[in-house]
Amino acid sequence: MHGLINRAIEMFVRDTYGRKAWVALALHCDLGFNEVEAMLTYEDDITLALLHELAREQQKPVETLSEDIGTYLVSHPNCERVRRLLRFSGDNFTEFLRSLDDLPARARLAVPDLILPRLELREHNLQHFSLKVVHGPDLPPVFGHALVGLLRAMADDYGALVVLDHKGGSAGTEVISVDLLEAAFAEGRSFALGQVPG
Amino acid sequence: MSAPETDLAAMLDTLCPMHAILSPTGHVRHAGPTLTKILGDPPVTGRRFLELFELLRPSVPASMTSLCGIAGQRLHLRLRADPRSEMKGVLMPLPGGPDGALVVNLSFGLSVVDAVRNYALSNADFAATDLTVEMLYLVEAKSAAMEASRKLNLRLQGAKIAAEAQAYTDTLTGLNNRRALEPVMSRLIEAGEDFALMHLDLDHFKSVNDTMGHAAGDHVLETVARILRDETRAGDTIIRVGGDEFVLIFAPLIRPGNLGDIAARLIRRLEEPIVFRDRICRISASLGSTLSRDYDDPRIEAMMEDADIALYAAKDGGRGRHVAYAPALRARAGAHVAQRRQQV
Repeated sequence: MHGLINRAIEMFVRDTYGRKAWVALALHCDLGFNEVEAMLTYEDDITLALLHELAREQQKPVETLSEDIGTYLVSHPNCERVRRLLRFSGDNFTEFLRSLDDLPARARLAVPDLILPRLELREHNLQHFSLKVVHGPDLPPVFGHALVGLLRAMADDYGALVVLDHKGGSAGTEVISVDLLEAAFAEGRSFALGQVPG
Repeated sequence: MSAPETDLAAMLDTLCPMHAILSPTGHVRHAGPTLTKILGDPPVTGRRFLELFELLRPSVPASMTSLCGIAGQRLHLRLRADPRSEMKGVLMPLPGGPDGALVVNLSFGLSVVDAVRNYALSNADFAATDLTVEMLYLVEAKSAAMEASRKLNLRLQGAKIAAEAQAYTDTLTGLNNRRALEPVMSRLIEAGEDFALMHLDLDHFKSVNDTMGHAAGDHVLETVARILRDETRAGDTIIRVGGDEFVLIFAPLIRPGNLGDIAARLIRRLEEPIVFRDRICRISASLGSTLSRDYDDPRIEAMMEDADIALYAAKDGGRGRHVAYAPALRARAGAHVAQRRQQV
């Protein structure tokens, strides 16, 4: 798994549960290091070990934690860069949804060895969408849960009111339903193309 | 504007929001929404195009007649008002318009990153087919990735320096270890530096080790290291090449005659009694030295061998002394040299 994904877990733990919690987690998972390198690639096992050990320590299901990580990536001030890069995808939440098919290609454009699961959006009508997440059959369905958290935070960011539901899935795929109740429900957070991220 | 011209303008507003329609007199008859936003007040309509923009390339006289002559060519322009943004453009005759009327389309070239900030442009200010927003995304994403890579490089560099320092350090004394000898000497030889090589062997150290134990031996070695550091300059190199053998490299060498004084002072200090757990350890040192200036082509092996021959002469002459290498020493040390060569 790419270092950026493990680094996201590390930053989530550090910013949510504190530095000590991260150091303990790294120790319990036998990482052998205290800081993930965002630009290196790690064995897939490490990512899953981190998630499962964190779930055990926090007594929360892995699915819930994955969702929290997705939300964290968009809403935490330390992740402003991620939020900005996602906001480049569209002017409103519908446009953002329609750009999700391109998300893995967009990620690869920035970091060529960052491989993300394939995303397929189906537009049932202007309010109802479903998003299929396609990854290798050897990966457990945690990515979709992280995506639910991320989409929820992005809807907030655009000021849209949505209902999201992880519908489960079969080997290698997950399905998320997206109901857009109101596109302009609240003000949303500002985004300027030319703003320099802090 | 005529009805067809209005239709055309409406179409261009969506397809190229940074276009302008110019009358034969060079006045702006209509401007796309983004260009209107950029030019601000007073409203752009009715102003003369060449008073708004300076034509940098191609260099032709600033007149409507010359503009008509460069239709279809790549234009390089600069906004006359602050922040004097540079732009690219292309112009074509207005279809169905009066003779001399033109349509010009503009874009920010590489100044787009600044322009987006200066004019607070948003996604909606660019045509749907325009890749500017993708480019801005890339600029931000690549800067973030570069920053992460730079941090990784810095950390790896730090780790490399630490690992190298560790590889060259003798853990007991903190001096350099044998591995440092070759790189240090090579560097001096390559740089053509004038330096002295001194081989130091402790006298009576083995008996301290044998009668008082390894702890006493270690204490003596630590004390020796401290004395060697005290008596040499910061730029000199001290290497522990073996159990009780040291190599000192003096560079740059200021006055060769001083080497004898330095050696005498080292011996005097090393002969001072060393106290270990209420017991007294006494050692001394024999030294042999050689100077890089005595070689036409200084080489590590030759210099080490000569320093070793001089050291052997010092031992042979009764220990606790320093001998500078001279070719005459070689004959007497013949058997010793052959033996040392076998060891190495």
